[in-house]
Amino acid sequence: MVGFLIRRIGQSLVVLFLVTVATLALVHLFPGGPVLALLGSRANPFQIAYYNRIYGFDQPFYVQYIKWVGQLLHGNLGFSPKLNLSVTSEIAQDLPKTIVLVLLGTIVSLLFGIPLGVYQAVHRNSIGDYILTGISFLGYSTPTFFLGIVLVDWFAVDTHIFPPFAPQSSSILSILGQPRALVLPVVTYAFLLFALWSRYMRSSVLDNLVQDYVRTARAKGASERRVIWSHVFRNSLVSIVTLLGLSVPTLVGGAILLEVVFNYPGMGLAFYQAALNVDYETLLGFTVLATVATILGNLLADVGYAILDPRVRY
Amino acid sequence: MAEAQAIAASDAELGIELTAKPRGMLIRAWEVFAENKLALGGLGFVVFIFLFCFVGPHIYVTNQVNTNLLNTLCTPSGAHLLGCDDLGYDQVGRLMVGGQTSLEVGLAAAVVSVFFGTVYGAISGFAGGFIDSVMMRIVDAGLSLPSLMVIIILSVIFHPTPTVIIFIIAVFYWFGVARLVRGETLALRTREYVQAVRVVGGRPLRAVMRHIVPNAIGTIIVQATFAVADSILTLSVLGFLTLGVAPPATDWGSMLSGGLNYIQGGNYWWLIYPSGVAIILTCIAFNFIGDALRDAFETRLQRR
Repeated sequence: MVGFLIRRIGQSLVVLFLVTVATLALVHLFPGGPVLALLGSRANPFQIAYYNRIYGFDQPFYVQYIKWVGQLLHGNLGFSPKLNLSVTSEIAQDLPKTIVLVLLGTIVSLLFGIPLGVYQAVHRNSIGDYILTGISFLGYSTPTFFLGIVLVDWFAVDTHIFPPFAPQSSSILSILGQPRALVLPVVTYAFLLFALWSRYMRSSVLDNLVQDYVRTARAKGASERRVIWSHVFRNSLVSIVTLLGLSVPTLVGGAILLEVVFNYPGMGLAFYQAALNVDYETLLGFTVLATVATILGNLLADVGYAILDPRVRY
Repeated sequence: MAEAQAIAASDAELGIELTAKPRGMLIRAWEVFAENKLALGGLGFVVFIFLFCFVGPHIYVTNQVNTNLLNTLCTPSGAHLLGCDDLGYDQVGRLMVGGQTSLEVGLAAAVVSVFFGTVYGAISGFAGGFIDSVMMRIVDAGLSLPSLMVIIILSVIFHPTPTVIIFIIAVFYWFGVARLVRGETLALRTREYVQAVRVVGGRPLRAVMRHIVPNAIGTIIVQATFAVADSILTLSVLGFLTLGVAPPATDWGSMLSGGLNYIQGGNYWWLIYPSGVAIILTCIAFNFIGDALRDAFETRLQRR
């Protein structure tokens, strides 16, 4: 296990190196270089040279990379001149809000997706199974923004049941104090995630139902309910835990489309606005953070899997 | 001719069915595929939407070049089946033009990413050892990047034309394909017929192209089908974020985004629903086809 952990972490570090190089290289893809993106197309050559010197873009790439990584390691993700705000404080403002929204959506979708996935597997090829499969196909194929717009059209524009936008406040407490405004974004997000959980749960339970231990449990006279819920269900959850690890990055990156549709002031919306403003420091900082979260999430998923499933030996 | 009949007759006496002659893998896959009604429906819809977008404009002729402000936001009527948008373009004609972009970009991005991913994955899996490790760490890195974020950044950088968008979408999609094909290759490279190529002195490239890729074709085709659906979705996302194809070109996502401005102002349903439904139906159709193809190729393996 220790050997596996060391090897796995080593791999993650290699990946982290490759990804940071790629991300920094991305900045140099801006036409005319990053400084021109910052100053606008009417900057004169003197200004460009001056700012290149200040920001260190006149240095060789590897020097820039080492400096940049050094800053990252000190928790300095850059400074956004367009917002006159350090990227770290941007994140401190936006991250908690995104986490609230994403967690709520994930919990709601798990509450529906997991039991219904089990139901689908147990009653395979029944009418209910077909209907739920249809719904999850719909979830897979519906763009987030379209579902959001449709819900806004029905429940906000036509019937005025819910407000058309998410809570706009800056503090988490007041966001949670407006549950009506949270309904539409959370439902939109949960519906799309529901498709994922129920499909995985269904196939995972189906895989487990044909295992030997199920036959043993039945043979010793366990009731069908006991077989399903205390044997199959618990084993099927293992794959869901893995998936949860893989969805950690959305906690950080935010559901960009969801936040844009409902104008929810989290990481996703901030990233989108930075993209429209060509605020490359923010773009870079957010991307790096999301990437690190992805790598950590993958690591967690693998380690969690190894802990939860004693058959897995590395 | 008479001889053939005689042979057929003697075969019949012996109880041998002529139809039992060896059939191609693709034909057998098609038979399993055709049993799946959802997939046939999906295939039917894909054919329909292609005809709608590419042949439709010749039958339902509309002016998609000049704006017509007299028709701004006109309601659906006999002359304009789905009304007009804010610039007076006929919405049905707009759906056709936008659909052309969506379908072209979706298909092309799928082809590019699946082709590249296949070659990369097959080489990595076949080479094995250190080369494989390095090549797979690159794939890991690519899969760790938040794809939507980087796609947005790339779109901001390049102000993309449809051709550029194809590559922006493909640049992220091929990683997943490469990993899958590499897995298949690892399983296939130990087979006798692949070993035999090596024994008789065939070049590695020949083993990959003539023996490994054709045997992994099931996985590859299934991936390509899903890739089309995913690419159409990604394009619509970019369109919605107004980072997609630049006007006067349009796609289904951009149409939806344009209609959004009028959602509060009254019941302009024809600005939002047709393009959104087109995206969903097209993606569902491709997903149904992909699912059935997976079953078809897997069943083939079971029967063997």
